[in-house]
Amino acid sequence: MTAPVLRVEHLTMRFGGLVAVNDLSFSAERGHITALIGPNGAGKTTVFNCITGFYKPTEGRIALQYGDPAIWGDLDTLTEHGGRGRIHNGGSLFLLERMPDHLVAQKARVARTFQNIRLFPGMTVLENLLVAQHGPLMRASGWTMLGLIGLRSYTQAERAAIDKARTWLDRIGLTDRADDPAGELPYGDQRRLEIVRAMCTDPVLLCLDEPAAGLNPSESAELGRYLKMLRDRHDVSILLIEHDMSVVMEISDHVIVLDHGVCIADGDPATVKNDQRVIAAYLGVEDDEVGRAEAEVGL
Amino acid sequence: MADEAPASRPDLVRALRAAGFTALVTVGLLLPLIAFRAVHDIRNELVLETRWPLFAVLVAVAFVGRLAWELLPHDRLKLTLATFFQSPLKLAIAAAVSWVAAFVAHLTSLTAFGPKVALARLFAIVLAFCFFGFAIGAVAVWVTNRYPMTTEPGRHRRHQIGVGLRAGAIGFLLAYPLMMLWLAGAQGAIKWVDNFGIQILIYVMLGWGLNIVVGLAGLLDLGYVAFYAVGAYSYALLAKTFGLSFWILLPLAGILAAFWGILLGFPVLRLRGDYLAIVTLAFGEIIRLVLINWVDLTNGYAGISGVPRPTLFGIPFTAAEDGFAARFGIEFAAIHRSIFLYYVILLLALLTALITIRLRRLPIGRAWEALREDEIACRALGINTTNTKLTAFAIGAMFGGFAGSFFAARQGFISPESFTFMESAVIVAIVVLGGMGSQIGVAVAAIIMIGGTELMRELDILKEIFGRDFDPTQYRMLLFGLAMVLIMIWKPRGLIAARQPSVFLKERKAVSGAHVREGHG
Repeated sequence: MTAPVLRVEHLTMRFGGLVAVNDLSFSAERGHITALIGPNGAGKTTVFNCITGFYKPTEGRIALQYGDPAIWGDLDTLTEHGGRGRIHNGGSLFLLERMPDHLVAQKARVARTFQNIRLFPGMTVLENLLVAQHGPLMRASGWTMLGLIGLRSYTQAERAAIDKARTWLDRIGLTDRADDPAGELPYGDQRRLEIVRAMCTDPVLLCLDEPAAGLNPSESAELGRYLKMLRDRHDVSILLIEHDMSVVMEISDHVIVLDHGVCIADGDPATVKNDQRVIAAYLGVEDDEVGRAEAEVGL
Repeated sequence: MADEAPASRPDLVRALRAAGFTALVTVGLLLPLIAFRAVHDIRNELVLETRWPLFAVLVAVAFVGRLAWELLPHDRLKLTLATFFQSPLKLAIAAAVSWVAAFVAHLTSLTAFGPKVALARLFAIVLAFCFFGFAIGAVAVWVTNRYPMTTEPGRHRRHQIGVGLRAGAIGFLLAYPLMMLWLAGAQGAIKWVDNFGIQILIYVMLGWGLNIVVGLAGLLDLGYVAFYAVGAYSYALLAKTFGLSFWILLPLAGILAAFWGILLGFPVLRLRGDYLAIVTLAFGEIIRLVLINWVDLTNGYAGISGVPRPTLFGIPFTAAEDGFAARFGIEFAAIHRSIFLYYVILLLALLTALITIRLRRLPIGRAWEALREDEIACRALGINTTNTKLTAFAIGAMFGGFAGSFFAARQGFISPESFTFMESAVIVAIVVLGGMGSQIGVAVAAIIMIGGTELMRELDILKEIFGRDFDPTQYRMLLFGLAMVLIMIWKPRGLIAARQPSVFLKERKAVSGAHVREGHG
């Protein structure tokens, strides 16, 4: 078994009296697609927001690691010493719950997409992908100062960034639309562009919040193939929230089922599919059970 | 023609109806504003005066104007104009005609008497403007026709117009003070160089500075004048206390203003929209109140007078032995300083434009625009929104500070009166009317708004029409408001709503204003 890329331990998120996520623990394996499923309001997006630094969890630890897995051994020391992260002997370990959102993306290399697409609609497709490479470009421009005087090293860095964007656009067949505003693209293309924009940040963990929402069955199937391709060829682990079970069951290596903020099942797709609690909580109950329940209330 | 005649009848009825409606609106608007007026009579009593003839004239103007607008063959006119502006020959002829006309008007102004002088001068100046516009346009169109950049006709024309406008604008700006000197004489030109040239350019610069904060980063700052004030007072106080020169204090004033920009930025980082607007507005007022009340430092309401004037590498613009005129062996004239100041502010404004254009193409500029489009997405992509906002505030404030120190050096006197909320509002209006994020739009809006209001002071000819008591300057704000309403009806996203992408793969296509977001405040 490979070392996990992400470990979530005893994660609890309370909004006042409402417990959105309650003592949730799971881990995501490196190079796997881990799906987070559950009925509406189960707390899936809250988990995402905690992982990506948009929320500060009430309790719990979220650790992310890349590079040499030996650094996992430092986890408890790091937690006790109150640091945000540790880079040692080619391994990097970060405690995401202690980091602000932009550092989670920049340092811990966690990228995410959103349930309702969040592109920069008034900027072109290419500009969207360049904004995603803000960090490296900012360094290349000497935090603006050197770029302002027109240093060649910056021009080269920008050209490299454009090439990278172009490569990704070629992969999703959007190169011809590179100079069109992102807001003008059809819905399916916007979804794909958002994923590619996240990939342009060179993530180790890609968090996708309902990427198949609003796609038709053939588009969903294509998305599934595409995500598998990302996992296999681009050295990225994927954490996925999805309602489209055909996609989840087809591509996931590992499924975690949430209901009311609690993990009710955890395992490979086949196991989860046949779990009685999952069927009851998520996929619904048998027809005759519904009939019995209806008879009890006098319908 | 015979076919059109029956169809034109309902058109006429419709046009008359529209014109009537416009006249009615004008009546409603102008009845309290124009028809009645409270004046102090000889015994200093307030009496109500009526001005029915003036009122009637204005209503009639509105009626006729709307009628003409409705009846004009718009399509044909557009076509004629388009062919006109594409032909270098026609433009050259127009330039020649306007030059001759300007010359005739100029001669008339030298020989005429009374109010006709002012009228002839105004004509001469307007015609000279036309000459420069046409001439530069003709050259630009000829050049682009001769050496076309692209072959696609639609884009070729757009490119042509773009190049023509840019070359024309820069050439005109460089030639402007000398042209005015030739037309209006050393005495008369001061007004045109100072009140129009310098004044407009200051606001162009302020508009471009605020454009970074409001237009690019999408943060509505209603207290921008505070940085203008910081720049002005920094220059005035440091120059008077330490005797430092303008050229040393200019960057210093910019840095101080940027510092205050960051200071304002910190508390408002979490605020958005209306809340941000209110707090920035309050910040502007705080600075003004400090300037009023810290009498020991700023001399309060009385202001600071005798602020040192800028020199040309140490040569002052005075009538003294070592002055500019004496050094260069020419006759002393006050206009020399105005022309010098004009070129200084032109340089500063162009510098602002240049830096902003460059910044837009750097990651920081893209981050500003991304921030305007979607802040959450920015954070998810690893952009430090705190720093990004602070740099926007700081750089915007820095340009405000430059403009402020120039303002103090030009006026020689500053007081808190110059830094009221009204100034902030005017600058925001310029940015909004110009089209948020568009540099050319902002410049055009500044010319219309500031040039227009200044021009209102020049319309003394109207006194001949409306009587001696008529004071055109009093209608400045009315026209200001009217211009804003008209632009907002005609172009709700500003004069130039389309956004130019900062980078492109194959071809640069403007992004329609419909996609560009306005920011969260």
